[in-house]
Amino acid sequence: MVLSEFAGVSMPDWIDALLRVIFIVALMTIIAFALIYLERKILARFQARVGPTRTGPIGTLQSIADALKLVTKEDVRPITADRWAFELAPYMAFVPVFLVFVPMPFTETWFIRDLNLGLLFVFGVLGLNIVGVVMAAWGSDNKYALLGGVRAAAQAISYEIPMLLIIVAVVMVAASRIAVDGDASAAGSINAIVGDQTTTPYILLQPLGFFIFIVGMLAELHRPPFDMPIAESEVVGGYFVEYSGMRWGMFFLAEYTALFLLVVLASSLFLGGWNWPFGADVGLGLQIVLTFVKTSVMIVLVIGSRALFPRLRIDQLMAFSWKVLLPFAIVQVLANGIILAYGGADWVVGLVSFGLLVALGGLVYYVMRRKQGEGTRTVSTTPATPRVITSPEVTPVEAGGD
Amino acid sequence: MVQQTFEGEVLTEPVVVEREFETVDMNINIGPQHPATHGVFRMVLTVDGEIVKDAIPYIGYMHRGGEKLSESLDYRGALGYQDRTDYLAAFNSEWVYVNAVERLAGIEIPERAEYVRLILAEFNRLLSHFMFMGAFGTDVGYFGTAFTWTFKERERIQDLFEAVCGDRIMYNYFRVGGLAWEPHETFIEDSHWVLDQVEVGIGDVDDLMTNNEVFVARCRDVGAMSADEAISFGVTGPMLRASGVPFDLRVDEPYSIYDRFHWEIPVGERGDVYDRYLVRLEEMRQSVTILRQALDQMPTSGPIEPERMPARLRPPPGEIYMRQENPRGEYGIYMVSDGTDKPWRVKMRSPCFHNLSSLRPQVINTYLADAVVALGSIDIVLCEVDR
Repeated sequence: MVLSEFAGVSMPDWIDALLRVIFIVALMTIIAFALIYLERKILARFQARVGPTRTGPIGTLQSIADALKLVTKEDVRPITADRWAFELAPYMAFVPVFLVFVPMPFTETWFIRDLNLGLLFVFGVLGLNIVGVVMAAWGSDNKYALLGGVRAAAQAISYEIPMLLIIVAVVMVAASRIAVDGDASAAGSINAIVGDQTTTPYILLQPLGFFIFIVGMLAELHRPPFDMPIAESEVVGGYFVEYSGMRWGMFFLAEYTALFLLVVLASSLFLGGWNWPFGADVGLGLQIVLTFVKTSVMIVLVIGSRALFPRLRIDQLMAFSWKVLLPFAIVQVLANGIILAYGGADWVVGLVSFGLLVALGGLVYYVMRRKQGEGTRTVSTTPATPRVITSPEVTPVEAGGD
Repeated sequence: MVQQTFEGEVLTEPVVVEREFETVDMNINIGPQHPATHGVFRMVLTVDGEIVKDAIPYIGYMHRGGEKLSESLDYRGALGYQDRTDYLAAFNSEWVYVNAVERLAGIEIPERAEYVRLILAEFNRLLSHFMFMGAFGTDVGYFGTAFTWTFKERERIQDLFEAVCGDRIMYNYFRVGGLAWEPHETFIEDSHWVLDQVEVGIGDVDDLMTNNEVFVARCRDVGAMSADEAISFGVTGPMLRASGVPFDLRVDEPYSIYDRFHWEIPVGERGDVYDRYLVRLEEMRQSVTILRQALDQMPTSGPIEPERMPARLRPPPGEIYMRQENPRGEYGIYMVSDGTDKPWRVKMRSPCFHNLSSLRPQVINTYLADAVVALGSIDIVLCEVDR
């Protein structure tokens, strides 16, 4: 979407660029506000509560009230904090996430820029996010923050690998379908991948990929069951424990923006984004509705996982990534390569991936049930066999002392 | 060729100098102001990365001298302090105290009062275990879901208590010899209704937590304690039973009218955090069983206090150690009377204090996150630890 065309006026490039930046920031802030409100409401429903009700009609202005409160709050910097690391960290966490917005397709024609290497760009930029987190953790001069930051870094490193591998698998499938005369260079573009899902969403072709992507996404976003970096009962909030006011708000905003963007990415890659799977051509309006419906379904999934899962331990998280997800992702890539190289049909790809997903699920189920073992046994008490009462009898003594 | 030297010596061969990457252990304060400590408990953890190398617990932030306060008032007046030791199971604490005084003074209490006491105490056990489920769920990492679900049920029980005695936490309802006043007219029907709801609530907690893979991964084999270890630390209650010792004072040293009911004692096998959770969950079901039987057997009319009670209570000189099964373990009151209207000595045996002492070996060489879960599984009430 070129704004100058969109608005019907000609303007210099730099104004155009500036307007786009403002547009992104404004839109994402609004979306983040809406997400925060939605999360509070949906989470409340999961938890037998009603959520915010007092601010505006059914509490819709709650996020704005929160933001106002954050803006007016005193911005405290601990005296022993590393000044530059501490003050720059929120921006380092914030800017990369907003850059991810660029290649996201909301409709067939609505995106900032359709990048050829869109997927690579997304993960390249999003990976920078962790620098901000580690800066915040180190700069705060706080032990909880340090632990949280180290956890976040370890987690980000170990989860981006299976996630990227699974993206490779998806792109392989896309490339084999999109390729024209052996040229598959378009398959790196997110919009092209979405455009290919007119009849078959890729979740049918790569169900294992969808699962691993969701897991990696939850880890990337520090959401339960992978929220150790911000675990309240262990590290009291983690890397942003020393932040207050709007600096803290920026971490928060970055987190919710990343949630929205990764969810859009997931629905683009696996659910067909703006595509209506039955019959190709739908109008612009319907496309945007489809994008938001698919996104919303995924968001409820993510929020539900927050309500219904406890937290894994850091070593279990690493073990799950390196010992389970990574091998399965590699097998998936190899399987895709072999099948596609021999010109296997799409349904073979889908079936193999589904088989792998079932194997993964079965493995986790089997291991956990074995770990769980037997439950408690019960010892029966019958009224007939109580022991003889021994102790609570009064024993007379000479009460000592005054 | 340039001659290589190392610390002044001329070397003929290059030397590989091995350097170890030095790390230092870090001390982390868990508490007294920390979301995981259930009050003002402080635990200084020495951690090497995520591994806990040492743990030093500090208690005493809540010490109010409850024993001395109880000695400074007469036998009836000190009752209010008993609520304030174990505030999650106040009826149980009161019950131990009044039972101790009654046995010391040789007072017989009417059957109906005994039933009401037992019913309220068992309800309080349910309430306390619900509280445990919620707080423990938060420790393990449920974002409030376990907490709100269990608090919903806890509220129902508190509503019942409020209807009976007008208070939701500090009841002060038992009296030496009986009860303060009659429970309200629809007590039995209300109790049945609450029990129906609570049973659903127990099922909800079971569905939410027991078979959740992540929950199992976090709790199994964490903080495991053998039966011998548990006994050597003086651990009692669900923690001891989780280690495989079927010791329950309600059966092993029957007080009140527990021998009239049939129920079962859940016993764990590995003594880890998951077993403690399972034991408490099963205990809640057994409490419901006891309550149903008690409510059916309870006489609908009759006195709630003895016909004649002395105006001033002066038990004959003597001593007594009365112990009962509280939700957290063996709660005991040791009382010495010197024949005056004040006890000469009151000693409270707090189960949490002894259970908490077993924390250190449980958390050493585990992960930081396990330390939090192990602490949560002890189900401490700091007011009771510090008294």
